[in-house]
Amino acid sequence: MQDLKPLHDAILKGDAKTAKATTEAALAAGTDPMKLVQEYMMPAMAEVGRRFECNEYFVPELLLAARAMKAALELIRPLLVASGAKPAARVAIGTVKGDLHDIGKNLVMAMLEGGGYEVIDLGVNVTPEQFVAAVKGKGANIVAMSALLTTTMPAMKTTVDALQQAGVRQQVKVLIGGAPITQKYADEIGADGYSESAAGAVNAAKKALG
Amino acid sequence: MSRFTSLAINNPADLRFGVSPKPLVTRRGLTIGGGIVYPELNFTLPPMFVDKNTMAEVRGQYQQIITGALQRAVELEAPGLVVEFETLPPMTENPAWGVELTRILLDALEATHSQHGLKSVLRITPNDTREMERPPHMRSGKLYEAMIQTFDGCAAAGAELLSIESVGGKEIHDEALMMCDIRSVIFALCVLGVRDMRFLWTELDKIARTRGVHCAGDTACGFGNTAMVLAEQKMIPRVFAAVVRAISAVRTLVCYECGAVGPGKDCGYENPILKAITGFPMAMEGKTAACAHLSPLGNIAAAACDTWSNESVQNIKLLGGMAPTVYVEQLIYDCRLMNQALAEGRDAALLFRKWMVNSDAPLDPQAYVLTPESALTIARAMVSAPTPVAAGKAAALTAIRLLREAHGEGRLKIHPREVPWLDRIQKSVETIPSNEAEFIGEMMGQVDTTKFISADYNL
Repeated sequence: MQDLKPLHDAILKGDAKTAKATTEAALAAGTDPMKLVQEYMMPAMAEVGRRFECNEYFVPELLLAARAMKAALELIRPLLVASGAKPAARVAIGTVKGDLHDIGKNLVMAMLEGGGYEVIDLGVNVTPEQFVAAVKGKGANIVAMSALLTTTMPAMKTTVDALQQAGVRQQVKVLIGGAPITQKYADEIGADGYSESAAGAVNAAKKALG
Repeated sequence: MSRFTSLAINNPADLRFGVSPKPLVTRRGLTIGGGIVYPELNFTLPPMFVDKNTMAEVRGQYQQIITGALQRAVELEAPGLVVEFETLPPMTENPAWGVELTRILLDALEATHSQHGLKSVLRITPNDTREMERPPHMRSGKLYEAMIQTFDGCAAAGAELLSIESVGGKEIHDEALMMCDIRSVIFALCVLGVRDMRFLWTELDKIARTRGVHCAGDTACGFGNTAMVLAEQKMIPRVFAAVVRAISAVRTLVCYECGAVGPGKDCGYENPILKAITGFPMAMEGKTAACAHLSPLGNIAAAACDTWSNESVQNIKLLGGMAPTVYVEQLIYDCRLMNQALAEGRDAALLFRKWMVNSDAPLDPQAYVLTPESALTIARAMVSAPTPVAAGKAAALTAIRLLREAHGEGRLKIHPREVPWLDRIQKSVETIPSNEAEFIGEMMGQVDTTKFISADYNL
């Protein structure tokens, strides 16, 4: 049995090259892809999240770990799909119409990718119609919206309404976040989840999906 | 375009609030940097949409804001007032809206001047809406044209100070911050940023000359303040944000090379470095800007200010009144204190400045790089460098040296987990070649060039 601790450690250290090489070797040796994900990769990302939450890691360390995770996952995902395993949820993420701030959105994106989600980045200044199109055309299960301005946060409600009018509201979970956003506002507009930090986004997504 | 090769202020004791070597006199007779610190009020709307259907309410909001703020300024006998109107994106995309709201503010300023003698001036800060497209078109297109029209229309209406929080280079800088990649930071600020500033501020200078107004200044808000906020949230090291602040001065300096005369934009925390180089007056914000964002620079930011600002506050009701009215009161009291110190002479002003500096500087590297001594040292390193990239490199290495020395001598707290970052940043900066073209060649092979239009940066 190949020692797979280096895969765990490579993700923890943000070493994408080693993470990828170790995964390739493990798959070639016939290791169950699901075992790699569940016993090594996810625990590594959980530890990365813990270190970030405890202020032991800065964002660059977290992002490098997420990249290492993504590099390994790209090798594994086709095998999981071929084996009939349930695919990871697909997230369409964007900063809402009128708002150009994307650092927070990008952080959430990295966290979600690190958490095993497939993420479609719609960018900034995203219209409600673009979110609807991502659900209809790209099969997104989650719509994640970010806003930094008090004058753009109402666009979140407009987007929720647009999803409703397009008849796709029931097939997606809506997550929101950003400096002016609160749980109260999320409740008011009927969002399914809210996180006050990027690090909490993965848990918010898991919780919303049930 | 002129280049600064020496400092306007050579003695740290001369880098202090209320006094600039080159003060600016406005139409109504405010002398900014001439011995009095003026409050500078900024405000924004409460949560609401801005579109043609809500414009009546938007007009009402601004009318309410300015009426309340001016009334309080008169009641508190403010020596003068700078009002900043930072537009919201729809007001920049629809220049007629921005101009109309500017007129509402100007009419109120004029009426208060006529009735009560309150001297005032309006700073107009249209958004840099160019970034609403990705990759942004920096020198042409509908968004750029509308932004320039907003500047011109507001200047023609009587807004006397032109400012912007320009975004050239941000396409690369955001990711550079998140990865703490100092080479990309220098590429974004000192190559892309500098080139965009040269273009944009040359255009703004033409408007200012045509309309008889002043180019006031830019800010590294989207760069240095983003770093500061990320550091405040413990996402990136504070030492990294401090070094970014020092480098950001290279980019902001370009507006003054292209004709800006101050007061520099309030959220440019790099302004003490620029005041030392240019001698122009500077707006600053600190503890009174906590309504907009947190910072570790609450007191030290005032040490070299010529106007004292609150960054931005929503027009919402507080117990004391509407928030802009409350904030103008806070600003006026802060200015009273500074002006009292100035009135009691140089020694009193320096003592007050010492308290502002020493209450913040030992606690955070971002504050430490802005002490008068640090600001002058960084400024001197910048003007001695032959190119913007060399200036960025010099600013970074100087900031790192200052932080290292202060930490080593026990004058500055740096969290243990941040100390190794000084070595990491320094090693990375030292890999930057002295030949600017060589550096650009290296970076064009490393950064994501699909994020920006290289021709807009002459690349």
